[in-house]
Amino acid sequence: MTGRGMLVFILRRLVVLAVLLVAISFVTFSLLYISPGNLIDILLGARPHTAATVRALTREYHLNKPFLEQYWLWARQAVQLRFGTSIQTSLSVTSEITARLPLTLFLGIYSFILTMVFGIGLGVASALGRGNVVDRGITGAVMLGLSTPAFVAAVALLYVFAIRVRWFPAYGVGSGFFNELWHLTLPALALAVTTVAYVVRHTRAAMIGTLDQDYVVFARARGLSRSRVLFVYLLRNALIPVITISGVILSSLIVGVVLVEVAFSLPGLGSLLVTAATSKDLPVLQGVVLLFAVVIVVANLLADVIYMVVDPRIRVGERSS
Amino acid sequence: MTASSALVLPEELAQPGRRARRRLRSPVIWLSFVIMAGVLVMAIFGALLAPQNPATQHLAIVTAPPSGAHWLGTDALGRDVFSRVIAGARTAFFGPLVIAAASFLLGNLLGLFAGYRGGLADSLIMRWVDFMWSLPALVILVVVAGTVGSSYWLAVAVLIVLTVPFDTRVIRGATLEQMPRPYVEAAKTLGVPRWKIMLFHVWPNVSPVAVANTCLVFAGSLVTLAGLEFLGLGLPPGTPDWGLMLSQNEALLFTNPLATIAPGVMIVLTAIAMNLIGDWLYEQLTSRGAVR
Repeated sequence: MTGRGMLVFILRRLVVLAVLLVAISFVTFSLLYISPGNLIDILLGARPHTAATVRALTREYHLNKPFLEQYWLWARQAVQLRFGTSIQTSLSVTSEITARLPLTLFLGIYSFILTMVFGIGLGVASALGRGNVVDRGITGAVMLGLSTPAFVAAVALLYVFAIRVRWFPAYGVGSGFFNELWHLTLPALALAVTTVAYVVRHTRAAMIGTLDQDYVVFARARGLSRSRVLFVYLLRNALIPVITISGVILSSLIVGVVLVEVAFSLPGLGSLLVTAATSKDLPVLQGVVLLFAVVIVVANLLADVIYMVVDPRIRVGERSS
Repeated sequence: MTASSALVLPEELAQPGRRARRRLRSPVIWLSFVIMAGVLVMAIFGALLAPQNPATQHLAIVTAPPSGAHWLGTDALGRDVFSRVIAGARTAFFGPLVIAAASFLLGNLLGLFAGYRGGLADSLIMRWVDFMWSLPALVILVVVAGTVGSSYWLAVAVLIVLTVPFDTRVIRGATLEQMPRPYVEAAKTLGVPRWKIMLFHVWPNVSPVAVANTCLVFAGSLVTLAGLEFLGLGLPPGTPDWGLMLSQNEALLFTNPLATIAPGVMIVLTAIAMNLIGDWLYEQLTSRGAVR
């Protein structure tokens, strides 16, 4: 029964996901037409405006076809990961993206790990010492973290750890895993400041809620060891809210990646998006936006599924309603 | 107290932090109000308060360190950083103010409506809210700027649309909590019109949440707008603005670091002050509401 209910739930979410993706791709395609000015001029960029270039462009973007057919042709190409060519560099958008994807992924995963380790660790420490100096210190730091945007954190870290004390490099991406790790530590930290604060706040609240539960008191009363109570009884329940906020964490990381890559002059997807926006390079803009959108939509679906797997109460609730 | 204390773990019986925090809170909140008042004054009077014209370039004293004449030194074009920080309060204050106000109005109406009506209207609104909520606001702003062109007030308008769901969700939750209360039932039985129940009976009870939330919205949109300026996709390059200063003066970290750090500190201070005021207001208003 639960297995079937789960399957129905996932299927329903997949349908929603498909509809969402179609809607997002439609909006993304329409960006070409929302943009004020002559579409051909925009797509030509700095290239000369001659009959031949206009003809080639019309063919490439199917500009002589009706709007919906243009969308259909564009979407078919987009599914095959072809988004046309960059106006600025006249390279294919796909190659622009794949060249920069590894760096952004590295940065994102690095700071995701930092977020989870520090966020949950500090959250638990703060909840266990409720009211003491450690807790108050952490709570204050959380307030600071939540109010510090990634680009301010980036500049502050850059100044302290790359200019005053030269522990980390001020620019560059490095080569080889450990060198890259060293180069990307400051960017990853800057990126994680807000998300760590967010995770700490939610973990702390959830832990404090669980600490007062009867089953925890009973586990202590039975004489179970502190570590067993902490890891088996408390942490599993306290982690559930972290899954709930994973959507917010992801979108905060994506926003942060854009800011941090610009602040540290890193050639990743975030700085590609900003360059494309500054130079009105619409095909690149469309490609990056679509990629971000797919990541967000799929990750939200995954979070919902994980949520149901981890917390049996949700499954019961879903069935009874 | 007695029933619950039997279940409380020994180390939680004494809560030394609670009183200490309350003592600590008053100067902090006092300081937050002082900061916000200062930012407000700077935002209204702007360049009038500045010791020097924030746009005047002194090309002879480019990237000078702090001195008696230039308290925070000068930037790469020899402009007085201190004056630019003061003038920059305007874009940092009024955009978020408009966003917070508009989102307060729309979010409260939608949230009250969704929470009060329930049913299809509620689930449609909440689906929309959930969708909007998962969007990374700054990325949307970057895309809009890239497609339509950079504009501060356009960014403010887009941010209003992106922020309304946040208010809506919070108000809807608070409204749902009020719905089973007897006074709502009583008003319904007396035949009070629906909009009157929503606005004059339910809303006063959810208003603490609404007001506190608006402070959070202000702080959040201040940070997002500053991010957009930092990326150079909002205001024109010469404008004194904290986010813009941060990106333009980033190269000055080696020569006059204060030119970069000061606007950053201003962004963080203003955001923290607003967040703290929000928390404080919530506590004040709810504790009063409990007595009522």
